[in-house]
Amino acid sequence: MKTVKDICLAGNMKILCEGDSFEREVTGCYCGDLLSWVMSRAQSGDAWLTVMGNVNAVGVAALADTACIILTENAAFDDVAKMRAEQNGITVLQTEKNTYETAVLINGEINS
Amino acid sequence: MENIKLHYDVIKDDFSCAGEASGKIKKTLKGLGLDSALVRNVAIAVYEGEINMVIHAEGGCIDAEISPDTITVVLKDVGPGIKDVQLAMQEGYSTAPENVRALGFGAGMGLPNIKKYSDEMNIETEVGVGTTITLKFNI
Repeated sequence: MKTVKDICLAGNMKILCEGDSFEREVTGCYCGDLLSWVMSRAQSGDAWLTVMGNVNAVGVAALADTACIILTENAAFDDVAKMRAEQNGITVLQTEKNTYETAVLINGEINS
Repeated sequence: MENIKLHYDVIKDDFSCAGEASGKIKKTLKGLGLDSALVRNVAIAVYEGEINMVIHAEGGCIDAEISPDTITVVLKDVGPGIKDVQLAMQEGYSTAPENVRALGFGAGMGLPNIKKYSDEMNIETEVGVGTTITLKFNI
């Protein structure tokens, strides 16, 4: 079992918000930036890789029950979004790697 | 058990509060111990309706009623109404403006997602008057 924390450490990611889900198991990975698309297709427990660091992305993560948000390529995370993530206990990580590289890393971790 | 009734107002263009109603409904349903897949379905469908209201409507409200066997959600806005419902129901069709797309919306999945995640969906709309979407979810 790999947790959000394990993925964070393996990818040397920056913690932008440490929510309740930091110790939660990551069961898969979903990549996408169109919010309705993501909400419809991301699975509960997925690490969600995106460049959308706004308050609405946090809302989608909460409703779709993803394990965390990972902002790839150092995508920005605004203050309103951070406040909402703290309120909802959503873990948000940031990495300089692109979405493909991050997805490959997560795949390796959860299948190791 | 008496039915639980919830009411939320939705404000046009208020993206910072968009998702609050669906988030609160989700929290209530979770608190009642309902099946997590059902809770997720309700949350997604209501969120899409809420976002549609923020983007396209002149504001409106969401009413939810939870009975022992059904969750009914009514999303009612005050205009402008949907010109072509059949077209709006097609995946990928969107009339969202560019500034809204920049926020990650406008995938053209709003109404299709609402239909997909609810057990029953009814749309009443009149151009210039408004739209009322009634959703039912079986518990």
